[in-house]
Amino acid sequence: MQVDTIVLDSAERLFQDVADIQSVVSAKNTSWKEKLWSGIEENGLNIAAVPECLGGAEIGLQSALGILRIAGRMALSAPLAETILAGWMLGAAGLTAPTGKIAFGPARFGDGIFMKLDGTVSGRASHLPFASECSHAVLLVQGHQGLSVVLVPLADAQITSRQSLAYEPLDHVTFKDVQPVASAAAPAGFDKDTALLMGAAARSMQIAGAMEKILAITMDYATQRKAFERTISKFQAVQHGIAQLAGEVAVSLSAAESAAEALDSLLGAGRGFDDPELQLEVMSAKIRVSTAIRKGAAIAHQLHGAIGVTNEHILHRLTLRGLAWRDDYGNESQWSEKLGTLICGRGAEALWPLLSTR
Amino acid sequence: MTSTLEFQPLRLPERVQQLRLEVRAFIQSEIDAGVFNPDDPETDWEIHRQFARKVAARGWIGMTWPKQYGGQERSFLDRYVVNEEMLVHNAPNTVYFTADRQSGPTLIRYASERIKSEVLPKIIAGEACFCIGMSEPDSGSDLFAAKCKATRSEGGWRINGTKIWTTNAHQSNYMIGIFRTSAPTTENRRHGLTSFLVDMKAPGITCNLIDQMSGIRDFNEVVFDDVFLPDDQLIGEVDGAWKQATTELAYERSGPERFLETFAVLRNLVGLAGNSADQRLGEAIGRLVAELHSLRRMSVSVAGMLEAGREPTAEAAIVKDLGTIWEQDLPQRVRDAIAFLPADEAFDRFDEVLQFTTRIAPKLTIQGGTTEILRGVIARGLGLR
Ligand SMILES: Cc1cc2nc3c(=O)[nH]c(=O)nc-3n(C[C@H](O)[C@H](O)[C@H](O)COP(=O)(O)OP(=O)(O)OC[C@H]3O[C@@H](n4cnc5c(N)ncnc54)[C@H](O)[C@@H]3O)c2cc1C
Repeated sequence: MQVDTIVLDSAERLFQDVADIQSVVSAKNTSWKEKLWSGIEENGLNIAAVPECLGGAEIGLQSALGILRIAGRMALSAPLAETILAGWMLGAAGLTAPTGKIAFGPARFGDGIFMKLDGTVSGRASHLPFASECSHAVLLVQGHQGLSVVLVPLADAQITSRQSLAYEPLDHVTFKDVQPVASAAAPAGFDKDTALLMGAAARSMQIAGAMEKILAITMDYATQRKAFERTISKFQAVQHGIAQLAGEVAVSLSAAESAAEALDSLLGAGRGFDDPELQLEVMSAKIRVSTAIRKGAAIAHQLHGAIGVTNEHILHRLTLRGLAWRDDYGNESQWSEKLGTLICGRGAEALWPLLSTR
Repeated sequence: MTSTLEFQPLRLPERVQQLRLEVRAFIQSEIDAGVFNPDDPETDWEIHRQFARKVAARGWIGMTWPKQYGGQERSFLDRYVVNEEMLVHNAPNTVYFTADRQSGPTLIRYASERIKSEVLPKIIAGEACFCIGMSEPDSGSDLFAAKCKATRSEGGWRINGTKIWTTNAHQSNYMIGIFRTSAPTTENRRHGLTSFLVDMKAPGITCNLIDQMSGIRDFNEVVFDDVFLPDDQLIGEVDGAWKQATTELAYERSGPERFLETFAVLRNLVGLAGNSADQRLGEAIGRLVAELHSLRRMSVSVAGMLEAGREPTAEAAIVKDLGTIWEQDLPQRVRDAIAFLPADEAFDRFDEVLQFTTRIAPKLTIQGGTTEILRGVIARGLGLR
């Protein structure tokens, strides 16, 4: 599928106009949040992955995930990834998405959320990003007859608010016999980790986007800041630091874009979430990008010196978000273990044939 | 400041993947016939020679080159998958590897017509092995400090001096080397080096093998004692070798040889783990596979840029930097992963592969340009220099 550059360009303009990182850092209040969200809805970004027949923009998964790379560059603080994925999952199950911000889960391995025979939902979604800012959540839950996609009102759930590493809502949500607004059997090809895998693809793009911006501002700083009567970018140690940062950015962009393209084309070709190629692509992206942000954030902070650790500087909005996003929808250790199990189960002789199909 | 790095998620076309399967089937039949062992790089030169002829017979050497010299003008992606399959299986590809990757393309671009029509078909037939004569005892990273001299002589040039670390010089038919033809100028310290094609069987050349810590014996000291080179073996411009090396470097740096050299240890690790990998071992394997996949996707993307006629200098240097560091670290991380496994017979067999890859690891970030030099190239590509 072609990447929809028109949508991506308008997303970039919108984010720049209303949620530019510097303005957000300097903002006295959070009025930008309202403006941002209404802009998102006016541009149809929230329904980017909702089918046209259900009133969505249906720009394709690769493009929808592409929006998130741009959001990552802006360190955008809004449940955009969650809402896009919620719309996608509802659409895949033939359900209509409501307007407004929608949480998406489960976001952690090991969460137990069940649908009872009477159709009500119980259980706990831990560390659910932005739950306290959202009216609804879309969840992939275990039922008596397999998996179901449910749209639940969060007003009926019990929310324990807490914050992520990047000071964003990362709440525990407990459901007790909550009646969904809508529900349907999960589409063919879904498995119990599908929400996590989709979330992992989204977070990979967000982290990759943040990394791009981290490189750009680090280069700007290094070519302006002077020490010992030289621009610091002239010191070889600084150049090598930036070269390594660029390497981590490059591999992040490549891996995240590859996973997005793979999801779009493999699902489009009728493959399911148990497909080893699809799993390799998405798991690898989340694993590699999470390693990259750790190294990249460290280099960027080091090269910025003291100014980079101040609250007023924009660097931490990017680094802390990038680091926090590692933990959402499966961290790199958990996905590594899953991927390792997949690889071992297929045997040594199947390793290269799998890698080389991609 | 420009910092735009873009890696399109290129997919290899169906036709190219079909070619991959043909290559793989051929390699498997060679392995089954006992020609070589993918866990143990072949050292018998005769096997390399025979293998090169078999590969040539299938049309897999110089496949991107002009038809007029025996090539097939196939896409760079075709070459990419052939190369990848050979490397990942440790196939005995030494005879043609260097010529196919860089010497041939250099000749096509800069050599005289006589040389092109004489030498290129030999490479394509798997009969001409090439070596690269850049490094000298006092000139490694700083290529432009080279001293080995070429002086004018009737009908050509005379060469005197020493090259070193020249891989496969002792087995090669030809070298492409750089030689000092004038002194550097104050404005341009890169001035004064000239590239030549050297017939390695010419009188006056002595190759002295140098043993490596890994047990490998493939690089040499090459001494030139008044070796004569006819005029038409000049490659490109006199004193202007520095202008000639740009695009080829991107091919040389971004290929799968920059992350697959220790692959055997990963494949064997998966075999050793079998179906009983515990959480720790499973995690380690998954992480390594994710990293390899990510490197490979980047390398394929650069292959696409090259195929599209771009010059991705920084991108290619990034692939080599990340790739060589990864393949160098791989044996150490595999060692960590197996720390709690029982030391049975399977383990001992595995340990041999681990030992070999650990012994070759240090060279991986030196050959073809060190990590530090690459990072300089990346910094320049980003506009910092
Ligand atoms: C296995 C193997 C095969 C080889 N095959 C060939 C071959 O076929 N043909 C050929 O011509 N050469 C070959 N080489 C040589 C190789 O190209 C050189 O080893 C390499 O370019 C480095 O040069 P050097 O060894 O002289 O190290 P030096 O250049 O002396 O470097 C020593 C250290 O100093 C660092 N350094 C040097 N300059 C800088 C700088 N400006 N900034 C920061 N750090 C710096 C280097 O990174 C390195 O860490 C081979 C090498 C190996 C290991």
